[in-house]
Amino acid sequence: MAEVLFFIAGIGAIAGAIGVVRVANPFYSVLALVFHLLSLAALFLLLRAQFVAAAQVVVYAGAVMVLYVFVVAYVGGEQMPVRPAGGPALQIGAIVFAGALFVELVIAFLGSSLQAIDTDGAQYDPGFGTPGQIGELLLTKFLLPFEVASFLLLIAAVGAVVLARRRGGIIQQAQGTPLDRPRPLGTGTMAEAVGILLPEGSGLKEEPEDEREKGGW
Amino acid sequence: MSIAWFLVVSAMVFSIGAGGVLTRRNPLVVLLCLELMLNAANLALLAFSRMWGNGDGQVFAIVVIVVAACEVCIGLGVVVAMFRRRLPVDVDEMTELSG
Repeated sequence: MAEVLFFIAGIGAIAGAIGVVRVANPFYSVLALVFHLLSLAALFLLLRAQFVAAAQVVVYAGAVMVLYVFVVAYVGGEQMPVRPAGGPALQIGAIVFAGALFVELVIAFLGSSLQAIDTDGAQYDPGFGTPGQIGELLLTKFLLPFEVASFLLLIAAVGAVVLARRRGGIIQQAQGTPLDRPRPLGTGTMAEAVGILLPEGSGLKEEPEDEREKGGW
Repeated sequence: MSIAWFLVVSAMVFSIGAGGVLTRRNPLVVLLCLELMLNAANLALLAFSRMWGNGDGQVFAIVVIVVAACEVCIGLGVVVAMFRRRLPVDVDEMTELSG
């Protein structure tokens, strides 16, 4: 049973990864990454890491991917480069590099002479991978990394706000509203608010254009 | 399943992500490929955690998830700032800082 689940989830994870790299439209790349993350969460469950699998689905496939989808929708597809980078030489070179990296990693893993690498893993407590165990570790043994991680999240949030805020001069100034124009004394925003700019017979009249240009008042 | 199988899947996903970083020009997709590589590292961490029967690797994986979330946050902020300034959303065109 575990073998069947492993192969389904593993093939799903690798197919999702290939989809991220090869699909032209970035929106479909994001969807392929969501599929990859869900398959990976199944692999995490097979490794008895319940809490990490749940965090993967909720934080990654939920929150982070929603952020990606928003940015892809905001930036849009018209500015996206269509042609691949660097031409065929870089394409083939990248595939060769990825293959060499894979071979090297597999040799490093399997040649590491770790005794337990061919086993199903060591004996573990009944509470292995549960939120209780993770929380206890985070608040006792790994308290400093926990606090540093929270501080890192704060820095990242502030940095993202600073990076993405509107700066003066980049966005076109909005056209002036009628209230910004100079107007004769005796007319005010109240009259304009009810839609009467210059009532008949009130003795007030619109300033001529040339005097308004002079800005005499 | 033996731990080695998980490590092989992890190595394969990492290689695919590295190849994607090299070949894609869209910064959004480059960020997605970085996510692939971080997730491959997570899978290896959890596999070794299972191998030792020790929860430390799972805490490490959670820290990696936090770092990945921060990286996405900043990276997408940079992409949005590029888009606002009418710069091309393309890593090959952004050469102003390369000297």
